[in-house]
Amino acid sequence: MFVFILRRLIQAVGVMLAVALLAFILFQYVGDPVTIMLGQDATPAERDLLRTQLGLNEPVFVQFYHFIVNAVQGDFGLSLRQGQKVSVLIREKLPATLELSVAAALIALVVGLPLGVYTALRRNGRLSQALLAFSLLGVSLPTFLIGILLILVFSVYLGWLPSYGRGDTIRIGWWSTGLLTASGWQHLVLPAVTLSLFQVALVLRLVRSEMLEVLRTDYIKFARARGLTRRAIHFGHALKNTLVPVITIMGLQLGGIIAFAIVTETVFQWPGMGLLFIQAVQFADIPVMAAYLCLISFIFVLINLSVDLLYFAVDPRLRVGLGKSGGSH
Amino acid sequence: MRRTLIAVAVSASMLFPTLGLAKTFKWASQGDILTLDPHSQNEGLNIAANLWVYDPLVRYNEKFEVSPALATSWEQINPSLWRFKLREGVKFHDGTPFTAEDVVFSIKRAMAPSSQFKSYTAGIKDVKALDPLTVEIATDGPNPVLLRQLPVLGMMSKAWSEKNGTTAPQDFNKKEESYSARNAMGTGPYKLKSREVDIKTVYEENTDWWGKPTKTGNVTEIIYTPIKQNATRTAALLSGEIDFVLDPAAQDLDRLRQQVKVIDGNEYRTIYLGLDVNSPELKYSNIKGKNPLADVRVREALYRAIDIEAIKKSVMRGLSLPTGTMIAPQVNGYTKELGQRVPYDVEKAKALLKEAGYDNNFEVTLDCPNNRYINDEAICQAIVSMWAKVGVKAKLNAMPRATFFPKVGNNDTSIYLFGWGVPTYDAYYSLEALIHSKGEGANGSFNYGNYSNPQVDKLIDTIKTETDDAKRTAMIHEALALFAKDFGAIPLHDQVIPWAMKKNVTVLHRADNRPVVEWIKID
Repeated sequence: MFVFILRRLIQAVGVMLAVALLAFILFQYVGDPVTIMLGQDATPAERDLLRTQLGLNEPVFVQFYHFIVNAVQGDFGLSLRQGQKVSVLIREKLPATLELSVAAALIALVVGLPLGVYTALRRNGRLSQALLAFSLLGVSLPTFLIGILLILVFSVYLGWLPSYGRGDTIRIGWWSTGLLTASGWQHLVLPAVTLSLFQVALVLRLVRSEMLEVLRTDYIKFARARGLTRRAIHFGHALKNTLVPVITIMGLQLGGIIAFAIVTETVFQWPGMGLLFIQAVQFADIPVMAAYLCLISFIFVLINLSVDLLYFAVDPRLRVGLGKSGGSH
Repeated sequence: MRRTLIAVAVSASMLFPTLGLAKTFKWASQGDILTLDPHSQNEGLNIAANLWVYDPLVRYNEKFEVSPALATSWEQINPSLWRFKLREGVKFHDGTPFTAEDVVFSIKRAMAPSSQFKSYTAGIKDVKALDPLTVEIATDGPNPVLLRQLPVLGMMSKAWSEKNGTTAPQDFNKKEESYSARNAMGTGPYKLKSREVDIKTVYEENTDWWGKPTKTGNVTEIIYTPIKQNATRTAALLSGEIDFVLDPAAQDLDRLRQQVKVIDGNEYRTIYLGLDVNSPELKYSNIKGKNPLADVRVREALYRAIDIEAIKKSVMRGLSLPTGTMIAPQVNGYTKELGQRVPYDVEKAKALLKEAGYDNNFEVTLDCPNNRYINDEAICQAIVSMWAKVGVKAKLNAMPRATFFPKVGNNDTSIYLFGWGVPTYDAYYSLEALIHSKGEGANGSFNYGNYSNPQVDKLIDTIKTETDDAKRTAMIHEALALFAKDFGAIPLHDQVIPWAMKKNVTVLHRADNRPVVEWIKID
């Protein structure tokens, strides 16, 4: 087990290095931050001076090397856009993104799971058909469109919910949370719903198809034959067995939610890491982009690792397998 | 019970007499204020916001005339020495008095190597305090635009800066964030209350401000929120969450005009096409061994082939002021005659090209930014198709500004779309950078087409130091007219920048795109 985790961690470092290297090669094409920093009236001499100060005149690989050496020491440099430490900027934005992502994932589970079960059990019901059609919309409509539609209806026409921002936040240590204020909750609704719609549809469809599969298996037929209550069959036996793949997919999706919160964050001006990244791209703010990409790849690797470990916890067959192979080492 | 409530309310309102009059001004634009340091990041919004906290020595009044701010009067001792009398009794937000030492400190800070405001201190040689309320500024040679450079330079407290280790603007060599990037303390009409980067910045009124008795606006609190998405910004204004949007999206304007309020005004920025008139051979063309753009007939043909009214109507949706010169109407040196365009004439353009030997055989690349000026790429697309009608085959090369500016900055272009604003409101700023031959200092620093005319250069050099206003203005007219006769560049239009706001908000539009909050009234 320990060897397994260690091996995965070493792979993780490899992945992050590769991401950082690719990022640095790409940075050569995002343009020159100095022009934006100095405004277009600056003289060429001023520009050269600043470029040298920032180390932008050095070859890519030298820049990359400096980045790695500093990053290992936890120093990601200063944001070119705001002159602030990148690590501080990211730490300030992380809570917003995580709260939004977790809220969206929870909505996906809480709404998607029961609906999935329902549509599987009432396969031909009108409501089921309607829900499936809705889920198709959820999968195919782009997030920004959903977001803008929600804003139009709930902020502009009805005036019920705010259209942008995170509302009032309270600081607990370095973590700023919007979950302790009424305004924070109000501001969370629209972006969380927007971000979750795709996931709701996904969970719904996944649960439905898994459930249909399980309901066809012999042990369910056997349980029916034994005369167990429908409730016990559906929720005690069928649903439990459906959950394994759902957990896996949701775990993997969480990484996706965090990374792709970018669009939702931009639409709702949600002050998270995604918004920070978009602004960094437009400014060619290399230190912020590099740190963000490394962090996201780290989160992905971490989630993959946890999902792998979850497999062992959930599926006893794998545990046996690992025990054997572990023994052979 | 009720009576006690009333009593509490009454006594509370006596404790806070302004409570009933509190007017909060919530507004948004695309990006955040970059830094609170008044001498870092030379960018429009940034300058506007920092001038609420930091007063300059002189400022523009509602009619765009230079008027007193922290300096109450000034005189020219000799052509290169100015003496400023400072306002008495001005206090910083922390209660300390404002003195001549602070002025010396601030201007020198803006001249520091890490300052990005050096273009506003250009020509300043030295600053000296004569007594606590008198300052002398020495310039290297006569500098007729000094007073127009100063309205952007905010005055900081020397003691406060020293105490917080921020005596120089942000230096990217040091790995530490500068204290002044997130903290601000000046003498201005508003005090910084809180700052959350990229989320919101809050200012409250400075009730002890020296200009309070004559202040025309009634805003007591400013809340600035960046909202990146155009649709979200519009929605926030329509739903009443914010009072004012600095940069409403073009496609939303009709709706905003109906439901809220939009005011239009031109920016002091002129959009034009720069031409490589000097290379022996164009870098991006099919014509080898010679430069078609060196021929004034070709330049005139390209100019005449552009139907600027069509661009105004279909690309700019009516929001542009076509122009025939390189400066906007607000800029000193502009005249109606100069602003008159050479007429659009396809036949004449064709004839000129034929005469010059380029009948349907000239191909060239047009470099264009796609996220800098209003509809920049669409303007270029329109021009490409207009040139095609006179037989010039232009290839559009559109790119983001972070790629575009370094490219044209290396003169790596044949024709390029450019925009030039004039923060000093004086034509010299444009003449020096865009029209003067490349030379020392700022001379020709943005003359990427290498236009050069010794007669014009001589005029510009005289304009730089001429202190007789009438003579100087006449020379500006002459220089601009010569440049227009040479077709040294193809001026297109001045950008119109609409501001959108709730119906109860009254704002004065400014060509520098900076809302002055002490003038804003909310009913």
